[in-house]
Amino acid sequence: MHQLALDQLVQPDRVHKSVYTDQHLFDLEMEHIFESAWVYCGHESQVKNAGDYFTFDIGRQPMIMVRDKTGGINVLYNRCPHRGVELCGNQSGNTGNAFVCSYHAWTFHLDGKVRAIPLMKGYEGTKFTADDPMASMVAAERVDSYRGFVFASLKSTGPSLIDFLGEAKVAFDDMCDRSPLGEVEAVPVCHRVVQHSNWKFFMENQLDALHPSVTHQSTGVSARRVEQRLKTENGSAPLFFHYLSTFASSFDQWDSVQTVNFPNGHGILKAYMGLRPTDPDTVEYESLLKKAYGEEKAEEYLSRSIHHVLIYPYLSVQSPLQQLRCLRPVAPNKTISEIWHFRLKGAPEPIYQRALWYYNLVNSPATMINADDLENWTKGQLGLESKGGEWVSFHRNYGQDTEKDGVLYSNNGTSEVVMRSQFKAWTNYLTPAFKAA
Amino acid sequence: MNKTVVKEALGSGVVIEAVQSMTGAESIAPDHMGRGRLPASGYLPKAQKVDWATQQEVEHLLFTQAALLDAKSWQGFIDLFSDDGVYWMPSNATQTDWSREASIFAEDKLLMEVRMGRVQHPNAWSQAALWETNHIVGNVCIESITDEKIEVFSKFQMMELRRDKVRHFAGTYRHTLIKSSTGWKIKLQRVDLTNAQGAFDYVIQAWV
Repeated sequence: MHQLALDQLVQPDRVHKSVYTDQHLFDLEMEHIFESAWVYCGHESQVKNAGDYFTFDIGRQPMIMVRDKTGGINVLYNRCPHRGVELCGNQSGNTGNAFVCSYHAWTFHLDGKVRAIPLMKGYEGTKFTADDPMASMVAAERVDSYRGFVFASLKSTGPSLIDFLGEAKVAFDDMCDRSPLGEVEAVPVCHRVVQHSNWKFFMENQLDALHPSVTHQSTGVSARRVEQRLKTENGSAPLFFHYLSTFASSFDQWDSVQTVNFPNGHGILKAYMGLRPTDPDTVEYESLLKKAYGEEKAEEYLSRSIHHVLIYPYLSVQSPLQQLRCLRPVAPNKTISEIWHFRLKGAPEPIYQRALWYYNLVNSPATMINADDLENWTKGQLGLESKGGEWVSFHRNYGQDTEKDGVLYSNNGTSEVVMRSQFKAWTNYLTPAFKAA
Repeated sequence: MNKTVVKEALGSGVVIEAVQSMTGAESIAPDHMGRGRLPASGYLPKAQKVDWATQQEVEHLLFTQAALLDAKSWQGFIDLFSDDGVYWMPSNATQTDWSREASIFAEDKLLMEVRMGRVQHPNAWSQAALWETNHIVGNVCIESITDEKIEVFSKFQMMELRRDKVRHFAGTYRHTLIKSSTGWKIKLQRVDLTNAQGAFDYVIQAWV
């Protein structure tokens, strides 16, 4: 168990390794962050029809997101109130008009209220009544959505969803605004990948501009070789070679990509891939956006400089290519990521295909990019669990970032302000726990 | 304890007739059919009778491909494909178009070349760890055959050793072979991985 006070565990420019390895700290994170804050459940298009459901975890809690008969979306604990048995035994499906427990056939409406219990006369004269809330499934305290992305909080108090998201809500605006209809739809494939490391490795890595040209050197160099040959032979190469080859850019190039770091741990890595080629497909697509929103608005939407947006502590949204990765921590050294992508409603097929290739090459379980990230994080976790050192350094460019209205803008893309900012939010979440102790 | 009472209680009972109009669960939730009856799923091969020499020739190609993977002979693997050949691992069995679906692998020869270049690079960090595979291919069933084209179904099992851990992958191959001047080439290899929608403990680094 950790022995240090909070301000010793997390210092402005370094953190103690136990924040990645300690079971007690992990339990506190689950209670005070994941099981309190707004957590992403899924996109409403995953549950189109009444009875459609998806299961997922909020912290350590097994949850169901389900569409009810009125068209609303409910988020319920995946648990029968009778004896605690899991009600939905699959990741997704349709449960019809009701949830039915596989153990004793207690059934529940799609809002979780009890519908029927066998041989009800057996409860006559007992303390149990069907109108007791304990007879029904338990709902998440709060459910809300933003532009079709559904979130839930297991705590009744705290900031609203929109306040929680803050400026980082641009993740969803940027994704949806790129559709001429202002909406996206989940593509019904969810890849799940297990990382043998703490969830924080993923969150830090997403905005870490120093690592790509090292970690992804092999893929970047190999893709560049083929890309350049195609350019020599044909005058051009498909954009997806560029997705891969930019990873192997120079340190100086990466140092020029700015990060924007918000007070609640959210952040943005600004764009670097240049996703506005002038091929006929792109021209047609951009004209559709201009028709839908007007010249000025469309230009604003198309020129937002975003590579991806982090919603701390679990979401990475690559809005320009409609990709989303959501973390579900399992243990200090084990995390599952759920990997989705989305279709821009009303956008031409080639624009979908462009994003699809990023999903296939970078975010699939045969990824040529994350294979090496995962290797780093595994090795990072092993190293931090050792006695070979106590501290993790976040000194790079400390004190050299620009602060405006509480937002930290890096002056060097490789500034470790990203991690410093995330740990500030982490400290805020955990302060009550340490005070209570 | 009064033994007489227990004895009396055990002296009488009922016999439940198993044939009833409805089960207990049906009486509570007669309409719980949202999941639907579970349909048959998966792909059934349509076997054709072919001559033994052709069967052997096709099997030899499949076994060679498996051996090339286990030997990390990546160029040899790529050379089995026609110039427009594609290696495709869909995310689920219902997908039909390699170029338009969210796939696990969707690689033409250029992307295969990128992958080969990556795994051969001295700083392909994830390749530094101990990593070996062992493929078995069987149940080889030729589904259609003309002078120009063969469709062949087979099953595979692949054991992988990585970082002292063993993983097990299995599934179905469906190869579309076309005739070339140098013999049969793979125009499309569809790989339906049984593990495709399970959680991947780490990822897949090379073709399966």
